[in-house]
Amino acid sequence: MAAVTLLETRALTKTFGGVAANSNIDLTLHEGQTMALIGPNGAGKSTFVGLLCGRFPATSGQVFFKGQDISKMPAHKRIALGIAYTFQITSVFANLPVRENVALAARRGGKLGEAAVQDKAMAALARVGIADRADQIAGDLSYGHQRVLEIAMGLVQTPKLFILDEPTQGLSESEVNDFVSLINSLTGQTTILLIEHNMDVVMRTAETITVLNFGEVLASGTPTEIRANEAVQAAYLGTSDA
Amino acid sequence: MTDRAKSYTLHVGIVVLLAVLFFVLPAYHVGNLARIMVLAVYAIGYNLLFGYTGLLSLGHALFFAAGMYGFGMSIHLWGTPTALALVLGGLSGLVVAGIVGFLALRTRDVAFMIVTLMFAQAGYLTILYFGPTTRGDEGFVVSDAGRTLFGLDLSDEATRYWAALVLLATALLGTAALVKSRLGRALIAVRENEERAQMLGYDTTRLKYIAVVLSGTLSAVAGAAYAILFGYVGGTFATVQYSIFPLLWVLLGGAGTTIGPLIGVIFMFYLIDISSGFTDAYMFIAGVALLILCLFAPQGIAGEIRRRGLKWLP
Repeated sequence: MAAVTLLETRALTKTFGGVAANSNIDLTLHEGQTMALIGPNGAGKSTFVGLLCGRFPATSGQVFFKGQDISKMPAHKRIALGIAYTFQITSVFANLPVRENVALAARRGGKLGEAAVQDKAMAALARVGIADRADQIAGDLSYGHQRVLEIAMGLVQTPKLFILDEPTQGLSESEVNDFVSLINSLTGQTTILLIEHNMDVVMRTAETITVLNFGEVLASGTPTEIRANEAVQAAYLGTSDA
Repeated sequence: MTDRAKSYTLHVGIVVLLAVLFFVLPAYHVGNLARIMVLAVYAIGYNLLFGYTGLLSLGHALFFAAGMYGFGMSIHLWGTPTALALVLGGLSGLVVAGIVGFLALRTRDVAFMIVTLMFAQAGYLTILYFGPTTRGDEGFVVSDAGRTLFGLDLSDEATRYWAALVLLATALLGTAALVKSRLGRALIAVRENEERAQMLGYDTTRLKYIAVVLSGTLSAVAGAAYAILFGYVGGTFATVQYSIFPLLWVLLGGAGTTIGPLIGVIFMFYLIDISSGFTDAYMFIAGVALLILCLFAPQGIAGEIRRRGLKWLP
């Protein structure tokens, strides 16, 4: 199958008051691919995905989504094109019921009737395993469940590109395992860009890994290649054992 | 009964109750209730922005006055037919809210409060500046012709009551439907977590603008109705006091509830009415009551009822 490019960045750069958080990042993501974005703290991973979905404007460079230049587009329009995003710091509608959190994500766009929205929301909650908590207030959920709820809010949009910023942070071991199977079940349907610190999760889900360091792409390749890459070992994984 | 059915029953029940009260209550209270109902429409308008969208405006008197003067001036200056003057009143609110929203929404939080407050002060000073035309603080009485709508004399006590009830019923049932609609739920999402709403693909700037315009227009309709029903247009209604009132009513009654604004106006109106019968220091009593409510029912009366059991309360 010929790889179709879904997302491409060209020389994407973001500076905060003279400090370059991202400099000249070129990255290509193919349709259906699961890519992990790794790198030490402060490497610019969250900034980079923030630039992709328009949380803040890039200083220079371009972002192309399905061949269209979306660099100047406001965030909500990019999301409407089919990019879903989960926050690094959990961000749900804490005072609303769990079901309505997901329904809000499903309702946007305005194509579905309310009954279909509710069905879709329940299906997404079932998929992440918290359907039994649909009527609880989201803020009352445990931290792990709130993270999973955010994933459901992303899933229900049936995104073309699903960006997850450290989704397994703070999850228990069994929850992490559930997450890995969920991501693997999406392979082929959705393109996934995953920021992840847990190397076990990365190795079990990603087909490609891109390593950022000091705001630049240090290396990019398959998990095996990245494991073997000396520069990566030095910068991030540690030299003794990958 | 589904939540939707419960909500429908509640709102229709309130309208029916108010209709029954007309036959039961003494004339004094019937007169009070007519005024309360019109002010409640103003509060409902305010609640759309503050309670449902989470934007605190300190300048809603501008919209109330825009409706009042849009209606009153067109009758006073040009003898416009009443129905058309009412439409002009609503339109003035729409236009003013459109402009204020466009500019004020460039700010947020405290800055938004200050900017709306300043706009309202500018509006009040404009009314005073053009005193020879607007009659400034002194105000003017709306002519009898101006208070006759479709052959109905709205200065008549009974007619006035029913007109106020029709207006309130429309506003109440309208907001009840709105807050359950796609738009209403999106507004609530903006209130709850604007950044998350935006990152779900909602155009939050547009939603907030819609909320300002809807809220401002409904407030203006209330202002125009107040002028036609009570026959007076004056600068007092553009003062900061009339920007603070709807905030208090909504806070007391329950922000972000459909019935809260009405409850808040009734509560405050009678609190002042009753306490002023005992003492000149009635504002002191009102202040204490407000403090107690803020301490023990910070979500307002309807908000507290919702928290304690009636979770379906819209």
